[in-house]
Amino acid sequence: MSPDFVNIYLMPGLFMLIHIGILVGAVLGGVAYLTYAERKVLGAMQRRQGPMTVGPFGLLQPIADGLKLLSKETIVPTQSNKPVFIIAPMLLFMLALVSWVVIPVDAKLVLADINVGILYLFAVSSMGVYGIIMAGWASNSKYAFLGAMRSASQMISYEVSMGLIIVNVLLVTGSLNLSEIVTADRPLWIQLLLFPMFIVFLISILAETNRAPFDLPEGESEITGGFMVEYSSMSFALFFLGEYANMILMSAITTVLFLGGWLPPFGIEALAFVPGIIWFVLKTCAVLFVFLWARATLPRYRYDQLMRLGWKVFLPFTLIWVVLVSGILVYTESLPK
Amino acid sequence: MASNEFLLEYLPVLIFIFIAAGLSLVMFIASLIVGKKNPDPEKLSAYECGFEAFADAHNKFDVRYYLVAILFIIFDLEIAFLFPWAISLGDIGLFGFWSMMVFLGVLTVGFIYEWNKGALDWE
Repeated sequence: MSPDFVNIYLMPGLFMLIHIGILVGAVLGGVAYLTYAERKVLGAMQRRQGPMTVGPFGLLQPIADGLKLLSKETIVPTQSNKPVFIIAPMLLFMLALVSWVVIPVDAKLVLADINVGILYLFAVSSMGVYGIIMAGWASNSKYAFLGAMRSASQMISYEVSMGLIIVNVLLVTGSLNLSEIVTADRPLWIQLLLFPMFIVFLISILAETNRAPFDLPEGESEITGGFMVEYSSMSFALFFLGEYANMILMSAITTVLFLGGWLPPFGIEALAFVPGIIWFVLKTCAVLFVFLWARATLPRYRYDQLMRLGWKVFLPFTLIWVVLVSGILVYTESLPK
Repeated sequence: MASNEFLLEYLPVLIFIFIAAGLSLVMFIASLIVGKKNPDPEKLSAYECGFEAFADAHNKFDVRYYLVAILFIIFDLEIAFLFPWAISLGDIGLFGFWSMMVFLGVLTVGFIYEWNKGALDWE
């Protein structure tokens, strides 16, 4: 092998593979301990302890859960459309992972610094609907079908307002690249202008990931488990991992769009000695805590309320906000060039 | 050459897709190998709270889901137009701004019509 080949192709390729390995490991580890954190937080909010038996403070609980799911029987219903039934959870899990490739966790620490990062995220997260529709259709079960229908229309409804919120951020930052969105100059008045969008975005990501109080697709008391009702063993676990990976992803996107990514909070220069990645993780955890907090606090919405909130409140509000923000920026000539 | 470098930026995305697909496949096959197998006609039938399935599940469904999907396409297209507009607003100035306002105005008329027709209601 010539040294050129080693320097140009082999070493960068090797670094890339290691980077991907660390990223996948971090996401899966994050998912495992998010389930643990969820049970601990829910426990604390209901004045009980949560998992305590497996390992110290129940810290090995996610591993025990994973092993249990692995050893269970994989059931493929006889009436189902078997190839689609098997592919659906894999697709969802895959999509939940591949979005991470463009998330900048620190300055320059991003696998693919593509210049249309936010479009890529928007496209990949929209494709999650396919996995759910496939699962619901292929199961050939009424509950699964209803759950898939509900979930798909809920996700696409809230995607519209999420798109408009992203347009608001783009107006301020003037770039589709996620690193540039983080580093874009944001004076205080612009932050105040975007603050209502931050709140709407937080609520929208709850609906987008089918989490409480918008967890109608899997509302146990009406449609048992929604589109996952026929799944068992690892194919169920793939759905579960995908859902939680999506939660972490949405929190990371919120961090990138609104909370300043890897930069120290509130622009305090004195805190800049802490590595950016730590700030990124802390901010993401703070958003994740909102997910768990909402689940412990709020009762489930009704479907008509959910649709009304999406189409009659969020959509007009975000649309008007786009007009407002763009109007203010154009007439004060403070658009990014 | 420039286009090659441009495509090279997307190489990690491609590799990542393959790794993620491989990982999900490995996890699924591992559970097939490790998990127990004890099939049973009752166990393999669709879950319907203990009853035999009454009919095929691919049945008629509420048309409003379909309506929501149509509305989504309209508004998502609009957002697809807004993305490049938002990026280049600094360059296209007032003319670009008011062009988009006219477009949004037309869309809002349609939205108000839908609203009054009750397309957004969910009883």
